[in-house]
Amino acid sequence: MTELITQLPIPAWLAYAVAAAIQCALLLVVALCSAAVFIWLERKVSARIQDRLGPTRVGGRFGWLQPPADGIKLLCKEDIIPAAADRPLFRAAPYVSFCATFCAFIALPFANGWVALDLDIGIFFILAIAGLEVFGVVLGGYSSGSKWSLYGAMREAAQMVSYEIPLALCAVVPVLIAGTMNLVAIGDRQAGWFYQWNIFHDPFTFVTFWIYCTCAVASTNRAPFDLPEAESELVAGFLTEYSGFRWVIFFMAEYAAMFVVSGLGSVLFLGGWNGPVPIATWLVGLLPEHSAAALWIGNLLGLCNFIAKAVLGVVVMIWMRWTLPRLRIDQVMTTCLKYCVPLASAMLAGAMAWSYCFPGGVIAEVLR
Amino acid sequence: MQIHATPPDAVEFDVRTDEMLINMGPQHPSTHGVLRLMLRTDGEVVTEVTPHIGYLHRSAEKVAENLTPRQYLPYTDRLDYLAAMNMNLGWALCVEKLLGLKVSEKTRHLRVLIAELNRIANHLVAAGCYGLDLGSFTPFMWTFREREKILNLFEEVCGARLTYSYITVGGATADLPHGWLDRCRAFLDQFEPVIDDLHALLTNNHIFIHRTAGIGVLPAATAVSYGCTGPVLRASGVDWDLRRDGEPIYTEMYDGYTWRVIAPIDGRYPDDHPYPAVPREAIVGDSWHRYFVRMLEVVQSMDLIRQAMDKYSRAEGPVGVPIPLKQKLPKGEAYLETEAPKGQMGFMIVADGSPVPWRVRIRSSSFCNLSAISEICRGVLVADVPSICGSLDLVLGEIDR
Repeated sequence: MTELITQLPIPAWLAYAVAAAIQCALLLVVALCSAAVFIWLERKVSARIQDRLGPTRVGGRFGWLQPPADGIKLLCKEDIIPAAADRPLFRAAPYVSFCATFCAFIALPFANGWVALDLDIGIFFILAIAGLEVFGVVLGGYSSGSKWSLYGAMREAAQMVSYEIPLALCAVVPVLIAGTMNLVAIGDRQAGWFYQWNIFHDPFTFVTFWIYCTCAVASTNRAPFDLPEAESELVAGFLTEYSGFRWVIFFMAEYAAMFVVSGLGSVLFLGGWNGPVPIATWLVGLLPEHSAAALWIGNLLGLCNFIAKAVLGVVVMIWMRWTLPRLRIDQVMTTCLKYCVPLASAMLAGAMAWSYCFPGGVIAEVLR
Repeated sequence: MQIHATPPDAVEFDVRTDEMLINMGPQHPSTHGVLRLMLRTDGEVVTEVTPHIGYLHRSAEKVAENLTPRQYLPYTDRLDYLAAMNMNLGWALCVEKLLGLKVSEKTRHLRVLIAELNRIANHLVAAGCYGLDLGSFTPFMWTFREREKILNLFEEVCGARLTYSYITVGGATADLPHGWLDRCRAFLDQFEPVIDDLHALLTNNHIFIHRTAGIGVLPAATAVSYGCTGPVLRASGVDWDLRRDGEPIYTEMYDGYTWRVIAPIDGRYPDDHPYPAVPREAIVGDSWHRYFVRMLEVVQSMDLIRQAMDKYSRAEGPVGVPIPLKQKLPKGEAYLETEAPKGQMGFMIVADGSPVPWRVRIRSSSFCNLSAISEICRGVLVADVPSICGSLDLVLGEIDR
């Protein structure tokens, strides 16, 4: 798209600015829409698990307008800042959190080449920038002037810092296999049948995927790792003093983060935009090669694949949240430091050895 | 050069974090009402828990000194509002003891039937809310779904869903409606397999076991010394149940019933039950056992209800009718404790010959069970406080009275 706009008769800097603005707007729409869909999904899935109906009235049959209705209700609420709060920090915290999560979308490829910024260090960028989310939470918890909020913030800090290590170790395994940190290249490497996906590359990547899942859930503060906002212990944790719009922003950040880790997992382990069966390749093969139409159709199918996988990951997270009790803080840290980190390290070493001996992957090796 | 060794105390002092005083409640999601717990915490570790009560005080005892026993009955609903039938029963039996009144056999079986049904409802709330305290929302919805069906049955009986005022002095306000026993039986048949679901969702869950087993251990001697009763006492391995060990006026209700007291004697439960085995981590007297005793009591109560329904339908004669509203009370006093779902509920009446008692005193089980919390919450983590508090199954209506 940037190429398209730079061809217009306007100065180059303006063209880049326009392109960036358009891409930003597109991504913002994706982030907000995904959050809205996930909120609706959460309500429906939880209702299903609990023998309820969930929203049924708002917007027709399935209550699909419930998220906007919730949003309007929350926007109309009084925006309360406690007297004891550190006002500038309290106001800034939600935006820090949301910006960090939103920035991760910049490097997340939605289909082959459909990425706002095709960074060579894509995976590194996402892990680094998504880790900034903790700042928003810590700021919010600290500046609220409430002891419960402070507890939530301290838990978030402890949890995030610990879980980023195994998360990064897991992410390194696909990087090792692909030999690049570019997410588009990592996804592209898994094209073809489903056994080309990194999860089926070798036994070590298979285990790594499940460690990644655990750490991803923990890093998004979802149950059973939702300690920073544990409502039965800390009232609402770092969110205790937030209301109205600022609360919505925190909420959006949480749901957007779910999409990011789920999408990242699908690119790293589940073939990203490549379907289990290479239908897209066959379809595109019918069209003249390298034509714009072939590229578009292939990418459109890839987009559907990617979104399906990401949404599936989110549904599993929702399912877990409504089934499991919450862990305790020491158990969360034990899970990370005693199990996830050593296991992830071992898997990294194993994958290293495996890709040295059989670079093609286990099934590809057998079939050959 | 001389090296000054730093004394270990000073080092210890340097790294120690500040203690923090935190109010858990009276507005807190998991203190089960308006209980206020003052936590003294060192980081995530709770060094001291002090309960503060009185936010729901309604002078229930003073009110009783201005009303006749029958007029006071609706107030007993508000004591333990999750087991109002058992509160009614305790009050009715105490007044009957003072009056020297004997109720008919049919009335006794009706009372067993209703009281045990309310026990199930109470334990369902306890188990569901316990899941909620541990951060699991779904068990709460599942148990409340089943409780609703019990409330439907109660609504048919007395028209109320929470404050029943059904079992009164002398009998019950009305006999069971036509066809009610069949509907009750249908509920029990439907409910039996649901218990397995609840066990699958919570009892067997790895996280649940790790959050409850070995947490908040209340040794038998401590439990007895604090006056803990009910499932809390029995979970500590004390074989004590007023339905068997109480006063004759109460225990004769259960004459002819076959049942056993549920308590982990030497870590083993009496009956062979099809439910999960005691996990390795569990210690007698911990939160897990308190939860599990209640779950087994639900099954026990179902059995008692089935027996009571048979006995009730075979018994002759009408159900006892309430005494006159302004019946004179004989000069004297009576004290009676009954086995309510949460523990021993005691009523004390001192009468001076007029229809209105001269003094009424209520001994509530939750009050004594709560008093043990500062003993068992010492040195636990912040997250364990709701876990322990929930396992005690407190109701503030009964504590504050």
